[in-house]
Amino acid sequence: MGKKIHVSTTINGEAVEFLCEARQSLLEVLRDTLTLTGTKEGCNNGNCGACTVLMNGVPVDSCLVLAVEADGAEFETVESIANEEHLHPLQECFLEGAALQCGICTPGFLVSAKALLDGHPEPTEEEIRFELSGNLCRCTGYDKIVRAVQAASERMKEVK
Amino acid sequence: MRDFEYKAPATIDEAVALLTERGSEARVLAGGTDIIVQLREGLRKAGLVVDVKKIPELMSLAWRDDGGLDIGAAVPCHVLYNDAKVINAYPSITDSAKIIGGWQIQGRASLGGNLCNSSPAADSIPALIVENATCRIAGPGGERLVPVQEFCTAPGTNVLTEGEMLVSLALPPSGESSGSRYMRFIPRNEMDIAVTGAGAWLRLGEGGETVEEARLALSAVAPTPVVAGEAETWLQGKPATEESFAEAGDIARKAAAPISDMRGPADYRTHLVGVLVKRALKGALGRARGGDRNPVIPSGINLC
Repeated sequence: MGKKIHVSTTINGEAVEFLCEARQSLLEVLRDTLTLTGTKEGCNNGNCGACTVLMNGVPVDSCLVLAVEADGAEFETVESIANEEHLHPLQECFLEGAALQCGICTPGFLVSAKALLDGHPEPTEEEIRFELSGNLCRCTGYDKIVRAVQAASERMKEVK
Repeated sequence: MRDFEYKAPATIDEAVALLTERGSEARVLAGGTDIIVQLREGLRKAGLVVDVKKIPELMSLAWRDDGGLDIGAAVPCHVLYNDAKVINAYPSITDSAKIIGGWQIQGRASLGGNLCNSSPAADSIPALIVENATCRIAGPGGERLVPVQEFCTAPGTNVLTEGEMLVSLALPPSGESSGSRYMRFIPRNEMDIAVTGAGAWLRLGEGGETVEEARLALSAVAPTPVVAGEAETWLQGKPATEESFAEAGDIARKAAAPISDMRGPADYRTHLVGVLVKRALKGALGRARGGDRNPVIPSGINLC
């Protein structure tokens, strides 16, 4: 067991402190130390995007971030997407459109898709497919996911 | 993953001192998208990981008085392709930054990391070569400069010696009547490693009908990224037409010495050099004539 390092960070708007070893990934600490288990481990090598979180507003694979690097940074995980009363339009559209089967990839897709729509509210289908290419799904064949993101984009426009 | 020590120095001097003291057991961490995977899988070992992202010079885009740009070695790809000034000046670099992995990788991965990982298939290296970039390297003996085309020495290895680190990539001013393009072939639209890649830069002569100067570089066709020098020389003074570009592509194939592997057979890679050099030159020409410089999103129609 290596020496533990003290880390102060912000996750979903709350100040959080934890101890970790230098070798531990942010994904490991999120799930095992902080019990934020919405973030999933898929490949653990940066291919699948199941562990996507926002680091200072930018999507990253949390399996490729050392937990010590979280010191002073701000993170948003899938747990921040819905509020107490309502699911986010993306979550509603994923459910209504059955844009998931086993569900392991879903939190990563939601985080990436939310970041996409926040920066680019009306992406084309081509843009959705390209920008979400860092998230892999081995069940749906992607069509339902793309359609759910399109539907959420429409719904978010109506809300405004 | 085996445990290691972690340090995040705030200055280049501190980082060089750490790297010098710990020698071959020290590893530099920039975006981590290669090194963390390699450490986890035991492909590389580290007793000390030196995170260079707290060093301002490694994280900045510094425009010089001469109009050139110093790109900090750890600046992530997404910063580059979201910067209109960088896109306008060095479009082949933003082409490559937009296709290295997916969005999550681009949020962390840097050109400096792509270069120091020294993969023959690295997408940003041909772009850096054709934009004429120079590596600024800090080490125990002070600073030294190495042109990007001389940086990689074999797959996974480069000219950095113990105690040295890449600080930034210095780009000359992009100049009038010039344009560039990087493209690669992969059997899908995104998230893959190049079967073959090609970067092209050209400057047009007066009147805009002839090629005054061209630079061409290739990936995944040799143990390191390579310059297609014979084709560059041949292009000088030639009409800026698709016929010239096709001929340059044929000549560029001589610079390729690929292997056959899971991504493609050697003769196919050599064939692709001709196709990609022609198309990259065509893309560079369009941009030299004022065309769109934004990174091209690959789709079914423009597969590479």
